[in-house]
Parts: sequence; structure tokens; C-alpha cells
Amino acid sequence: MNKEKVIFAFFIVLALTLNFGFFLGEIDNPEHHNVFEFFAAIVVSLICTALKFGDRTHLGALMMATSLVADLQLVVAALIWGYAEQVSGVGMTPSNMSSVVSLSGGALLANIISVILLMVETIMVRR
Amino acid sequence: MNNVLYALLRRLRLPLITMILVYSVSILGFVLIPGVDDQGNAYRMDFFHAFYFVSFMGSTIGFGEIPYAFTDGQRMWTLFTIYATVIAWLYGIGTILALIQEPVFGRMLRRRSFVRKVQGITEPFYLVCGYGVTGEIIVNKLGQRGIRSVVIDINESKIDSLEISGNLPFEVPGLCADASLPDVLDDAGLQHDKCVGVLALTNVDQVNLSVAIASKLLRPERIVISRTESDTTTANLLSFGTDLVVDPFRVYAEYLSLAAHAPYTHLVYDWLVNPYHRPLSSAYKKTKGRWIICGYGRFGSALYREFNEEHVELTVVDSNPEMDAGLPYMVRGKGTEALTLSEARVEDAVGIIAGTNNDADNLSIIMTAREMNKNLVTVVRQNVHANKLVFKNSKADFIMEPGQIIANRVLAHLKSPLLPVFIEQMQAYDDVWAHTLLNRMNSVTQEEELDSWSVRVDEENSPALIEMLNSGVDVNLGVLLKDPRDRTQSLSAFPLMLHTDDIYDILPGELDVLKPGDEILFCGKSKSLRRMEWTMNNFNTLHYLLTGNEPTGNLLSRILNRQ
Repeated sequence: MNKEKVIFAFFIVLALTLNFGFFLGEIDNPEHHNVFEFFAAIVVSLICTALKFGDRTHLGALMMATSLVADLQLVVAALIWGYAEQVSGVGMTPSNMSSVVSLSGGALLANIISVILLMVETIMVRR
Repeated sequence: MNNVLYALLRRLRLPLITMILVYSVSILGFVLIPGVDDQGNAYRMDFFHAFYFVSFMGSTIGFGEIPYAFTDGQRMWTLFTIYATVIAWLYGIGTILALIQEPVFGRMLRRRSFVRKVQGITEPFYLVCGYGVTGEIIVNKLGQRGIRSVVIDINESKIDSLEISGNLPFEVPGLCADASLPDVLDDAGLQHDKCVGVLALTNVDQVNLSVAIASKLLRPERIVISRTESDTTTANLLSFGTDLVVDPFRVYAEYLSLAAHAPYTHLVYDWLVNPYHRPLSSAYKKTKGRWIICGYGRFGSALYREFNEEHVELTVVDSNPEMDAGLPYMVRGKGTEALTLSEARVEDAVGIIAGTNNDADNLSIIMTAREMNKNLVTVVRQNVHANKLVFKNSKADFIMEPGQIIANRVLAHLKSPLLPVFIEQMQAYDDVWAHTLLNRMNSVTQEEELDSWSVRVDEENSPALIEMLNSGVDVNLGVLLKDPRDRTQSLSAFPLMLHTDDIYDILPGELDVLKPGDEILFCGKSKSLRRMEWTMNNFNTLHYLLTGNEPTGNLLSRILNRQ
């Protein structure tokens, strides 16, 4: 068992599960979407990106790209959330909430691709 | 993508993860720890404010406690996070700085910029492996002719000296690396379209061999020139088609033996290949007779072979007791003492060759020998380039410096492939013929350097000539020798050889008519080459030289001329 592989796979799968957990629920209902879960999803996604740094293989480049997509989606979602809560002055509206959740849905897709790539890599290495 | 970025990212992986973790834990702490607002109500900081606070705290900007003054619990957490974030930053910045200061990183950056420079070359260039004495001379000479080169040397200081030398009109990319590695050669443009030749000039035969093989495998038709110091490597290099193999000892031995039996032919050769040619008067010295060779090493034995072929009488002086005593006229000793020299009968010899591998010994030999016999022709071998000054003032008739010899030989080949052919053919002529030729050369160049070059009559190199020939006008060789600014004047040059349909015509007449495909070897002052190119490329100039009139293309003058 390779410790590095365990950590790598752990974070990638965790990014997917956290993202999925946040995404579940009615799209415009703030009650269904926990802010702590969202925070955890962003942090884990960033860690995933850092873990993928410096891999020169083609698969590594693809995984890096999916991770960057997920980061981008989540950061934009966080910006919208921050704007709605703090700057807009009216608090979280259903329309803002739905854009946050739909952006996180996009990140979810990217994370799924990332996990698929991880599985492909694992299957290819028959050791 | 490039190596540098990957190395940077790989090193930064851990510091970045540390930073993300420290920041997220700090933010989470501020969100979870209960605070009190300005009215005394309990409140929880939200993520937005927590991120804002940690951001300015972590970067030690410190705007104060916002949005409300902190409780003691929050302050305790702030204390913890201040140190944690500062340490995380130091770790990250420290890693980057350490990476930048690493020599490996610097080498990678330099390699990258080298590759970029080589790829950006749009003109033909030579790949020079080994930037020693030879490499430096060749790169400079090529540069003066406007030909670019790319340099590889394993020694860092050589590459530094290349970068700071300011006597070239353009930048010569240099890389400090082992030239025997194929990827280094590839980066240096071995597969580049514009790489017209590879010169393997390092002082390690194995490296030269691998450079030559790599080049011949990738592009068999491209010129490869290699230096070598042993006969086995020479044979090996020639076996796979290396265009020119230069063994400095052998080349110099041939040169000296020519000097010993045909002084004028020797001078012609010397003037053609050596930029600092010897004065005409030096040929008057007596060179026919018995010679003494001190030091029977690589140089000595190569000399012995050459001299023996020309039936020159020889005496060998060597201190090595294991030396094969089968040689005739062998004298044991170093040659630095008068005793050994008188045993070798220096009084009635015509020349002495100090060819040991020790510079001080060599100088001592010729000085002692000259005291014993004033009229002796002295030849001294210089092993270390730094001793140049001493050797220059030694008043020896010939100084043999391997670096310079290889450079001259290689340049003769690069200047024109016809030059070596000419040198070979001229040896069939006698010394009187050479004397006449020498006088002609002397009248053309006077004190300046005698340059040589070849021109080709074809579409690419001389479009004006071809156009003129196609229009049915006969152009003879003499036209090329007229000054394009004034046709009554001649250029300081004359033709040495005309190569037409596999026939080499030595010293062709000026009335020879040119044909497409002809190649002519000229010698003269180097500025004449530029004027000659003018004639060959500009139709109007050529027309003027042939007829004395400016050709007139416009309608008005054509009408006027008709009347």
C-alpha cells in the first residue's frame, strides 16, 4: 500500500463527496445548503489542486485541469455568496442561492471527471 | 510545457497545502468562536469577515479587530493564528528562495533561454562543441564572415568568456554541458534546419567521436569536422564518413616536412591557411640537411614518419630509456643540456625541433641549441596557450601550437571546400612555380592577411551572372576581378583554381569563359570578396563591367539609344 496514493485518492474523493453533499437539496432554499460544508468543499478542492501540481504525465495534466475548473466554479460561487450576504444589503435571495448551488453543481461535474480519471489511472496500473 | 515551471510547482506543493490548511483552520476558528457586538449581543463572525480578517492578519497588515472589538477567546485564537500564518508564509517564501538560489534551477533557466535562442536562429550556423583555443578562433573567424555559431563546452568559465567577449557582431548562444549527450546536442540545434555543420573540437576523443556519430546518424549529408589525437580514433571517425579529421600532430608534421623539402610551396600553404603569414624572406633560410628531433612522443613520431618519407636525415633525442632503440641516430637525454646536443651533433644540423610536452624544456632546448649553432632553424612546440607571450618572444622560426593548427585547418575547409583540393594539387608543382605564385600573392596583399574564398556560378549564389549567361553573352573570368566601382581598376585578388565538370584547372587565365555550375577559388584581400559578390548579384553592375555603360531599363533611354 502506497501512503501517498491513499492521501491523494482520499482528497479527490472527499472533494467529490463534500461537493455532492452541498449540492443536494432544493436549489433555491438556503436552509438545505450548509455554509460550513461549502467552506470545507472549497478548502479540500484547493488542497486537491496543490496535490496535483508538478505531474508531467498527460493524465496528470487532465486531472490538474479538472481541479482548476472545480476551484474556479467554487470560488465564483463563494464570491456570489459573499456579495449576497454582505454587500447587496438584502441578504440571501432564492435567485442568488440557486446560482451558488448551480455553480457548485458545475464543480461537482468536474470532480466526477476527476474521480473517473483517478479510476482510469488505477485500472491502467495493474500492479 | 517546460521543466522550470514543473520544478517550481512540485517544490511548492507542500508549502501551498500548508498555507491552505493554516488559513482554513484559522478562518474556521473565527467563524466558530462566539463574539460580542457593540451592543453586547452574542454574535458569530461569518466566513466573509473571517476570511477578510485572516487575510490582512496573515500578511501582517493588521487593520485591527473588526467588525467589533474581539472577546478574550477570539484574541487567544488570533494569537495562535498570527504565528501559524507567519510561519506558513515564511515556509512558502523560504522554499521559493531556496529553489531560485539552487544552481540546478539557474542551469535550467539558462538551458531554457539557450534552447529558445537556438530555435530562433534563422540563418545558417555551425554547431561548435568545445570552446578552447581552437573553438574561440573559429567562432571569431566565422563571426567576421557573418556566419553564426552555437557553442557547447563542459567548462563553465569557457562559456562565461564567450558571453563577455564583445568582439562579435551578434550574440553566440553558449551552453555549459557535456556535448557527448544526445539531448544536449539536440538542444544546441543538431536537428535544426539551419545547422550547416558540426565541429567536434573538444580535447577528449571519445566526446568528439560521439558528437560526430550523432550528427552523421541524424543527417548524413551535413559536414562534420572532428579533431583527434590518436590514429585509432582517426580511422574510426573516417569509417562513418566524417568530412574532415584533424590530428594536430600529424598536420604539423606534414607542414614542417613541407618546410624542410620545399620552402616556397610551404610558404604558399602557410599563407593560404595561416592568418599571420610568415614573411617571404623566411624562405631564404637553409632547410635542406640534417634535422634533430627532441622528444619522441606523439608529435615526434608523427614528424619522424613524415620526414622519413621525404628522405630527410634525422637525429632523435629522447630521455625515455624504454624507447625502442631500433631508430637510427638515437641519442639519449633531454636535449636541454649542451652535452646531449653536442652528442647529437647540433653544430652541423640545419634545424632542431623541440617537441617535448613541457614548455619550459622546449624553450630551453632551442635557446641552448641556438647558442651552439647560430644558423639553426628552430621549431618549438607550445603546449599551454597561456605561454603565448614567452613563445612569441622566443624568436623561434616555427611555433607549433595545436589549438591554432586545428583552427587553421578547419577554417581552410570551411572557407571553401576547394582550398584543400588546391593545396593537395599544388604539391605536384615544383618550388620555382611556388615562388612565382608567392610573388603574385605578395603583390596582391602586401602586408595584409591573405584571405581565400570560392564562388559558384548558379542561380542561388550569382543570379546576375546566370541571367547574363542565359541572355547569350559570354562572361569571362576576368570580369569578376574588376572593381565594380570603376572598371578600369582591378580588385586585390586573383583566381587560384577553376573547377568545371570534375576538372580542376590550377591558376586559370582571365579569359576563361564561365559556365553555369563552375566553381572558382580566389585569394586576395578579404574586402574584395564583398565587391565580387556585388558583381555576381547585381545585373546592372555586371552590365557596367562588361560594356562600360549603365544598362538602362526605362523606355525613354531605350528610345534615345536606338537613334
